[in-house]
Amino acid sequence: MRDKQIEDLKDYKYGFSTDIESFKAPKGLNEEVIRFISNIKKEPDWLLQWRLKAFERLKVLKEPDWQKPKYPKIDYQDLYYYSAPKSFKEKPKNLEDLDPKLLETYKKLGIPLQEQKRLNGIAVDAVFDSVSVATTFKDTLTKKGIIFCSISEAIQKHPDLVKKYLGSVIPISDHFFATLNSAVFTDGSFVYIPPNVKCPMELSTYFRINASDTGQFERTLIIADKGSYVSYLEGCTAPMRDENQLHAANVELIALDNAEIKYSTVQNWYPGDKDGKGGIYNFVTKRGLCRGKNSKISWTQVETGSAITWKYPSCILKGDNSIGEFYSIAITNNHQKADTGTKMIHLGKNTKSKIISKGISAGKSDMTYRGLVDISKNASNSTNYTQCDSLLMGNKCGAHTVPYIKNKNSNSNIAHEATTSKISEDQLHYCQQRGLNQEEAVGLIVNGFCKEVLQQLPMEFAVEAQKLVGISLEGSVG
Amino acid sequence: MEQKLKTDFDKFISTSNFSSQEIKLKKEALDNFLKNGFPSRKLESWKFSDINQIIKKNIGELAFYNDYSIKNEINDDIFIKEIEHNKIVIVNGKVERLSFEYEEKDKINLLTLDNFNQNSNESNSLLSLNNSFSNKISNILVKKNYSFKKPLIIYQITNEKVSNTNINFQLNFELEENSSIKIINLSDDNSEKNFINNLFNFNLGKNSILKNYKIDKKSNTNIKYDYSSIIQKENSISETFIFSSGADYIKNEVTCNLEGKYSSAFINGIHLLSKNKHHEIRTKTNHLYENTKSYQLIKSVINDSSKSVYQGKIYVDSKAQKTDGYQLSKALLLNEQAEFNAKPELEIYADDVKCSHGSASGSLDENSIFYLMSRGLNQTTAKELLINGFLLDVIEKITDNEIKKLLKNMIGLN
Repeated sequence: MRDKQIEDLKDYKYGFSTDIESFKAPKGLNEEVIRFISNIKKEPDWLLQWRLKAFERLKVLKEPDWQKPKYPKIDYQDLYYYSAPKSFKEKPKNLEDLDPKLLETYKKLGIPLQEQKRLNGIAVDAVFDSVSVATTFKDTLTKKGIIFCSISEAIQKHPDLVKKYLGSVIPISDHFFATLNSAVFTDGSFVYIPPNVKCPMELSTYFRINASDTGQFERTLIIADKGSYVSYLEGCTAPMRDENQLHAANVELIALDNAEIKYSTVQNWYPGDKDGKGGIYNFVTKRGLCRGKNSKISWTQVETGSAITWKYPSCILKGDNSIGEFYSIAITNNHQKADTGTKMIHLGKNTKSKIISKGISAGKSDMTYRGLVDISKNASNSTNYTQCDSLLMGNKCGAHTVPYIKNKNSNSNIAHEATTSKISEDQLHYCQQRGLNQEEAVGLIVNGFCKEVLQQLPMEFAVEAQKLVGISLEGSVG
Repeated sequence: MEQKLKTDFDKFISTSNFSSQEIKLKKEALDNFLKNGFPSRKLESWKFSDINQIIKKNIGELAFYNDYSIKNEINDDIFIKEIEHNKIVIVNGKVERLSFEYEEKDKINLLTLDNFNQNSNESNSLLSLNNSFSNKISNILVKKNYSFKKPLIIYQITNEKVSNTNINFQLNFELEENSSIKIINLSDDNSEKNFINNLFNFNLGKNSILKNYKIDKKSNTNIKYDYSSIIQKENSISETFIFSSGADYIKNEVTCNLEGKYSSAFINGIHLLSKNKHHEIRTKTNHLYENTKSYQLIKSVINDSSKSVYQGKIYVDSKAQKTDGYQLSKALLLNEQAEFNAKPELEIYADDVKCSHGSASGSLDENSIFYLMSRGLNQTTAKELLINGFLLDVIEKITDNEIKKLLKNMIGLN
C-alpha cells in the first residue's frame, strides 16, 4: 500500500495541463501591452496612469543580482503578459456556466468549488491563469459586510478602497520585480474586512499557472479594518512544463488598529525534473503593514516547490504595540534553490516580532535563509526573537544563514539563534529500533523538526503540509 | 586622489631601493587599487562601514608618501615592564627594532621578502594598497620544534610626524612543524587623522600553535584597517584575541583557512566603545578539511553615539565533514544613540556538521541592577560590575595565564 503511494507521488502529482484555448495579449513588455491589459479589464484611467508610472520607473530599475541562486537571464520581451481562458470573455454567472474541462482540472486538484465542498468551510477564489473564475460563499461573507473578490472586480465595485490602499505597502518605486508587477498585474484577490468583524471562515485562493510562457503577475490586497480578524490561505500547484516560468506576484496586507491578519501559504509549484530542468521561478514580494495600534500580522509558509524560490514576506511594524510573526518551512530537493526569509522593521514603540525558520535541504539543492531585523531609534521596548535551523541531507546540498541585525535602540532586545546539523544517528537508531524503516524514521524526525511551524497552519493546511514534507523529501534518504 | 596616488607612488619608488621585480608587483597592486578605489558600502562586506566615506569625512585628502629613511627615536618608557618579552618596534610603518633577546638565534630566521603574497587578486582593494605602498616586508620563520620562551610584543607606534597620511605595514610569520609563538600586538598611537592599513600573514605548519593578542586602547582619531590571514595545517591551533577601543574607526578582519585535519581556530573579541567611535570585527572561518573546529565569541559594550559591527562567516566546504563551528555575538547598548549591527553568517555544504550562531543585543538587565542595588551598591557601581562581568567572559577565554593577567591589568578589568 505504502509502496504504491510512493509510486504515485514520485512523479509530480499535479503535473497535467488542460487545453482550454488561451486568449493572449501580444508578446512583449511595452506601453501598448499595458494599455491593452488595462483596456481589456475596463480599468479606470487613474489605474492606467498608475501602471504607466510604474512602467516608467521600471525602465530605470535594474534586475537585482545579489541573491544566492543564479538563473539564466529572463527575456522580458519574450513573455506574454496577459492570457485568459477564451470562454471567460463573458464572465460566468454561476458554477454551471463554467467550462466543464476547467471544473475537471479543479477536481483533480481537489479544490472544493462544488456545493458538497462547502462542508470544508472554505470560500474559494480560484485563479486560472490570470482571471478569477468564480467566487463561492459570497452570501455568508456579504452578510458580514466582508468583501472577498478578485481585484479586477474590486477595481470596478470598490474603487475608493483600492485607490486608497493599492501600493501603500509596496509602492510602485520598489524593487524590480515588484514594480514589474505594478505595471502589468492581471488579477488576484481582494479582501476587505469591515471594522470589528471576525471573518467566520478561512479565505482561500488556489493559484494555477497554465498557459505556456505566461508570467503570472498576481496582485493581492488584504485590508483588515479596525478590530477585525482574517485568516487567509494561499496554495499553489502548477502543471508540469519544461520552460521556466516566472511568477512575480505582489501581496500587500494592511492591518489597522487592533486588527489581525494571518496569511498562510503552501507553495508546491513544479520544481523542475530530477535533473533540474524546468520549474517555476517564484519571485514574490509579500509585505504586511501593521498600520494601527495593537495590530498583528502573521506569515506562515511551507515552501516545497519551485525551481527557485526567492521571497521575503515582511512586516513593517508601524503602529505601537504591533506584532509581526514569521513561520517558515522551506524544503529543497534535487536541483531546487531557495533564498527566503523575512524582514521585520520595527518603527513603533513596544513592537514585537518572532521569526521561526526551518530549512531542509537534500539532493543537490541549495537553501539560504536571509533575514533582516531592524529596530529603529524610536522603537523603544521592542523585542525580536529569531530562530533559524537548517537540516542537511547529503553532502551535495548547501544550507546557508544570512541574518542582518540592526539595533539602534538601547531599550530593545534582539536575540538570534541559528543551528545547522544533520539528523543524528542516535535519533534514527532509536526510531528504527522501534520498527520504523529508515524513510519513515526520517519522515517522523523531519516532521518533528518542523512542528513549531506546522502548528501555526490552519487545520486543513496542516494535513496537506505534513504530507508535502514527506513527498518533498522522497528519495533523498540513504 | 588618483593623481596624488601616482605622484606619491613615483616618489616612494624613487626614494627606496626595490628590485625591478618588486617594482613591477607594486605597480600592479597600485593599478588594482586605482581600478577599485577605497571600498564603499556598495560592497557587501563594507555594508555597515563605508570606509570611503569615513576617510573623506574625517581626513579629507590623504597623502600616500611615507619617508622610510627617517630614523625615529624610541622612548623605552613605553615598553611593558611586567613581563619579559621579545620586541618588534614599528614606528610609522617602519620596523625600527627587532630583538629576540630571549630566544635561541638559530631557531628563528629573519628574512626580508622580495615579493609579497599575491593576495592582491582578491577583491579587497585595501590589500592592494598595502602591497603597493608598504616597505620591505619582514618574514619571521620559527623553525621546527621550537617554542618561543617569551612572548613577542609588537609595538605599533605612530608619532606626531605623520598626519593625514596613509601608513601601510605588512608582516609575515611562518611557523614550522611543532613550533609555537605568543604575540601581543600593541598599538600606541600619538598621531591624529591617519589611515593605518596593516596586513599580517600567518602560516601555521603541522602541530604549531599561534596565540595572537591585539590591543588597541589608546584614544586617537586615526582610522585603522587591520587584516590577519591565518592558514592552518594539520592539528594546528590559532587563538586570536581582539581588544578594540582606542581609535575612532577600526575594522579588524580575520580570515582563517583550516586546511588540515584537526586544526582549530579561536577568535574572541571585545568592542569597548564611547563617543562616536565606529568599530567593526569581521571574521571568515573557512573549514576546508575534515574534523576542523572553530569558536568565536565577540562582545560589544556601546556607549554614547558609538557604533559596533560584527560580521562573521563560517564557511564549510563539502569536504569538511565533522566540522564544529560556533559563533556568538553579544552587545550591550548603554545609550539611546548607540547602534549595533550584526551579520552572523553560515554557508554550509557538508551535512555531518554542527554549526551554530547566536546574536543578542539589548540593554543592561534591569533585574540584575535591582538585585545589586538592593544589596547596597549604587547604580553606577552596579552597572560597572555587570559590564565588567559581561566583558570578563571574553578575557577568561585567553589561554595564556601570564598574558591574561597582563591584559586584565591593562584594560582595567579584574
